[in-house]
Amino acid sequence: MPREFTPQVITANALIEGDVVYFTAQDTWSRALSDADILTDEADAALRLLIAEARHHEVVGVYLTAMKPTPEGPVPVHFREEFRRTGPSNHFHGKQADSATRA
Amino acid sequence: MYTYTEFDKAFVAERNRQFRAQVERRIDGSLTEDEFKPLRLMNGLYLQLHAYMLRVAIPYGTLNSAQMRQLAMIAERWDKGYGHFTTRQNIQFNWPNLANVPDILEALAEVEMHCIQTSGNTIRNVTADHFAGAAADEVADPRSVAELIRQWSTDHPEFQFLPRKFKVGVTGSPNDRAVTAAHDIGLRIVERDGEIGYQVLVGGGLGRTPMIGKVLADFLPEADLLPYIEAVVSVWNLLGRRDNKFKARIKITVHEHGIDDIRARVEKQFAAIKPSFKGVDQQMLADIRAQFAPPEFITASEAPYNQARQHDPVFRSWADTNLSEHRAPGYAIVSISLKAHGATPGDASAQQMRLMADLAERYGHDELRISHEQNVILPHVHKSHVPSVFAALRAAGLGTANIGLISDIIACPGMDYCALATARSIPIAQQIATRFDELKLEHEIGEMKIKISGCINACGHHHVGHIGILGLDRAGVESYQITLGGDHREDARLGDRTGPGFSADEIVPAIERIIHAYLDLRLDASETFLAAYQRLGLAPFKAALYEIEAQAYAAE
Repeated sequence: MPREFTPQVITANALIEGDVVYFTAQDTWSRALSDADILTDEADAALRLLIAEARHHEVVGVYLTAMKPTPEGPVPVHFREEFRRTGPSNHFHGKQADSATRA
Repeated sequence: MYTYTEFDKAFVAERNRQFRAQVERRIDGSLTEDEFKPLRLMNGLYLQLHAYMLRVAIPYGTLNSAQMRQLAMIAERWDKGYGHFTTRQNIQFNWPNLANVPDILEALAEVEMHCIQTSGNTIRNVTADHFAGAAADEVADPRSVAELIRQWSTDHPEFQFLPRKFKVGVTGSPNDRAVTAAHDIGLRIVERDGEIGYQVLVGGGLGRTPMIGKVLADFLPEADLLPYIEAVVSVWNLLGRRDNKFKARIKITVHEHGIDDIRARVEKQFAAIKPSFKGVDQQMLADIRAQFAPPEFITASEAPYNQARQHDPVFRSWADTNLSEHRAPGYAIVSISLKAHGATPGDASAQQMRLMADLAERYGHDELRISHEQNVILPHVHKSHVPSVFAALRAAGLGTANIGLISDIIACPGMDYCALATARSIPIAQQIATRFDELKLEHEIGEMKIKISGCINACGHHHVGHIGILGLDRAGVESYQITLGGDHREDARLGDRTGPGFSADEIVPAIERIIHAYLDLRLDASETFLAAYQRLGLAPFKAALYEIEAQAYAAE
């Protein structure tokens, strides 16, 4: 039996701000993980990654990362991605502060 | 202090002009990231987890008040109002926007600063003893040599594509505060029979394969320094391994070939290139040295200092830990702790930077230093001014009396910022400092150096910490490995690994067990942790560290 494919999202950093971004189903980049396109098929993920990587004039360092789908949207499997979607723990900066400003 | 010549100014301006054009070409899509990355790294611009990071060189850790104020201005105008001082005496801004970086570089150039060679496979910012020019135990000021090496290495055509990065550290004192044994080249200025020369160490370094530097030349005459180190870098440039980045540093080259083989190669190369150094380097060194002449020290009564000591216990406690002996009568070296309990080691707000600049200008002959231990130094303060300095520092949250104590922790940025990190460092440092402050044990414990790295690259110098902590990713969970008995000084020693690591929740109690074991085991309060460790070895500390686990196992 083939190995089960862990759902993934495509992430990168925005070219100008360096902020963490996620690739959406509409082929746009979003600052919010909840907007990310969850890829559940390995071949599709590989193809989507190529499409995202071609957008090198918008972002830096495109890669796939594992996520757990939940009703509230994807949740990072690894703590590194949890920090990336939140911000540093020593200062209230980064995404946690940006979302507080938006709210 | 060294002031830029017209050549220096023109060089930095030209590099900034080039980088501005490179950034424009990246933004308009003419350059891909693969093309742009080596260019940005040559100018100290990294991409981290949440944003870009700009690393600004503070050559040999020396700054004046105008430079410190400009860093404060940059922090407020283009960053988030603070900067982070690093273990290589640099400052990092964690949130710059790519489009603003050329403007930041121009602002730096206004005060004779830059980011050149703070990254990439080049000779990096040369570091030195943070007490240089002030320490009572100094043979000679290491900064003149450090500046000479900076000028020689900047844009050196032979050394722009080295196998890997290359770090030089210099001490002018037999009490090594510059960690020279953990540098690719460590220079120690020594005096023998009235003559000044250099002991040259090579192949030291921390990282994934920690090594203590080996003596390549025991006493190198002053005039031979530049051709000799050029010979060292030249030999390694050709011999160093480019097939495997983890084996590319000179420490591996020295390890694989042996120090005697490297010495023979260096001496051959030295003999070949020495005639091309026709004394210009020595003339330049003499010019540089004149710029590092000591300030005009004042004579004044020490009564205000003595009175404050006598009447103010808070001042006395701070003076006991944060002042060091100065070479000039009536003067003290003031260490400003950037380690308030619970704060991020090495962070200073723009407001704090301005205050430190003001104090340096008013009371400190306009000099500041950054230590590799991530603190700021006012190297020349007359004792009569120390009470005023302390009062101002205290009001700004900079009056923590903990230099050299358990809360004076080195911590790398770790996974809160760094893309290479495997675990966080900063929260662990914050928790340890807060915990021991609550226990009110800090002064009882005495001299203690805890150093924390968030990955094996060891920016937090954990291998040479009395207690070293290394953060790793163990099956998707942050795990912290402990080493004991490391020492960064002249008789540098790598710490011994204790055994299995601890989770983020377990690491502070684990450190507490080590400390309580030390307090129980020491002969008396004068025996430091390191001395007790050297006397007793790992065993009793290991037993205390894993005691709970052993008991739990026994109970099963």
